Amino acid sequence: MNKPKKSLGQRMWESRSGYLFILPKFILFSIFVAVPIVWSFAVSFQEYRIFDTLWVGFDNFQEAFQDPVFWRSLRNTGHYAIFVMPANVMIALVLASFINPLRKRPQIFFRAAFYLPTVASTVVLAMVWRWIFQTRYGLFNYFLSLVGIDPVNWLHSSATAMWSVILMAILTPPGVGLILYLAAMASIPETLYEAAVIDGANAFTRWWRITLPLLKPTTLYLMIVSTIGSFQVFDQVMLMTQGGPGYATTTIVHRIYTAAFRDFRFGYAGAMALVLFAIIISLALVQYKLVSSDVEYKG
Amino acid sequence: MKPLQPWGSRAGHFFLYAILTFWAVVSLLPLYWVFTTAMQMPNQVMAVPPKFVPAVISQAIPLLSAGETEAFREIVTESFSHLTYLYTGTRMVRWFINSLFIGIAATFGILLLDSMAAFSFAKKEFPGKEFLFWVMISTMMIPGQVMLVPMFMIVRELGLMNHPFAVLLPQLSMVFGVFLLRQFMKTIPSDMMEAARIDGASGWAIYWRIMLPLAKPGLATLGIFTFMASWNSFLWPLIVMQRPEWFTLPVGLKTLQDQNLVNYGLLMSGAAVAAIPMIIVFLLFQQYFIKGLTLGGVKG
Repeated sequence: MNKPKKSLGQRMWESRSGYLFILPKFILFSIFVAVPIVWSFAVSFQEYRIFDTLWVGFDNFQEAFQDPVFWRSLRNTGHYAIFVMPANVMIALVLASFINPLRKRPQIFFRAAFYLPTVASTVVLAMVWRWIFQTRYGLFNYFLSLVGIDPVNWLHSSATAMWSVILMAILTPPGVGLILYLAAMASIPETLYEAAVIDGANAFTRWWRITLPLLKPTTLYLMIVSTIGSFQVFDQVMLMTQGGPGYATTTIVHRIYTAAFRDFRFGYAGAMALVLFAIIISLALVQYKLVSSDVEYKG
Repeated sequence: MKPLQPWGSRAGHFFLYAILTFWAVVSLLPLYWVFTTAMQMPNQVMAVPPKFVPAVISQAIPLLSAGETEAFREIVTESFSHLTYLYTGTRMVRWFINSLFIGIAATFGILLLDSMAAFSFAKKEFPGKEFLFWVMISTMMIPGQVMLVPMFMIVRELGLMNHPFAVLLPQLSMVFGVFLLRQFMKTIPSDMMEAARIDGASGWAIYWRIMLPLAKPGLATLGIFTFMASWNSFLWPLIVMQRPEWFTLPVGLKTLQDQNLVNYGLLMSGAAVAAIPMIIVFLLFQQYFIKGLTLGGVKG
């Protein structure tokens, strides 16, 4: 108790091994994460030219909001997210609700079957979907022809291109969400259901009143993660449509990519990336507020 | 059967199996189509109506039982001509090796670096620990695209363009693993480590001999996810690997597609080569995928 108080330096020296264990990671982290993050703010206020760099204030942001292509990319990305996020969360919930009551072996089988497409890269999936959407020989139009629908020029018409990208995302099962929901369902105590049965609740009521409310944290997490993922959509677009036809499938990240690495307008790309960051953070906060306040309200 | 949960009845179960099976078939069809198109004879890739079973499989039994080995051999050669062309006419093998090398290096590098850092954050005390941890973890929320441009400039300044390090080092810098392993190590009791310390074991020995063996399940999980993320990553390698000999597999596939826009047989062969390793890893280590997702995901 009455040991003399050690100075900060002394304490740091005595626990030096704690720092040493972190050091290698921290060096890499500083160079490739911390510095880029800090720098990304500076970049957005600069204009890179061949021999020099200018500070241009908010010009890059101003340009972004006057750029019809950027607006188009915002709209396309929003369009994608507004369909893909709810679909992903809902499909994961429905699939998990269907798989959860099964016996152990079929449960493992279906879980694996629905997760499998997730382990193949988006690049692989996008390549095969481009082939499936092929107008004349593609699988999709073949199935449509079976029910008497004329071939659709899926990826080459600006009316359907974005829908094709969305369709691919919805038809690829949400493997991560499914597994998280299944894990959450397994942790709901059986006694709750037993009590409900005694009270005469039918199967749907038990699902609606017990399962669903207890899954709320998982739902919130998946909504946020899926929204963030949807706003970063890039690989599919790059492989399936290159952002076209015209700008019909240009997403925010695709726009950032072309601005930076095709046009070499680093400052402009950096500014758009910060706008993307702001959108993602605000959407995550709004969802968090909405869903968590709902939990309290019912509590 | 869990009778107390929804769909308890026999009819309900039949209904469930019917829906799930149909849905699973739809979900797996694209992957099936990758492999089927890859194995199709070149003149049958664009057949109308499409052939759902490639000739190598559908004609194997009739031809072989009729003793027409020669004809069957021809079909086999034809069917794998795309794969053969990938091997002889493109740099697919090189890209595969690049991806494999980077993936393995990233996996072992991450396991070492992150387990060391996580060990310190979970089991050691030092001034500023909470703050350092918070700084590292809070960057996980920032979308990677924000760092794209500055990271490109750093890599270019360091002269790493078209060098495997350009892909490897940023992957080694990701902090997700520190977070995951720290969560895992916090659940490991400290008694053994205390005992070892009293016996005079060094910090490194405690980490290497006691912590690492106990953390094996966490390490396996992180290792698999790191390899998968590395193997499948596309945007960053696309930016920093501009010479064909340094492409990773996904970047190589994109180039292959740009050069053979309508040769779907060839494209699907390439896609199959990229997909197979991950599918094998998944089927072998399924339980680690699930553990990793639930460990890294929601708390409560």
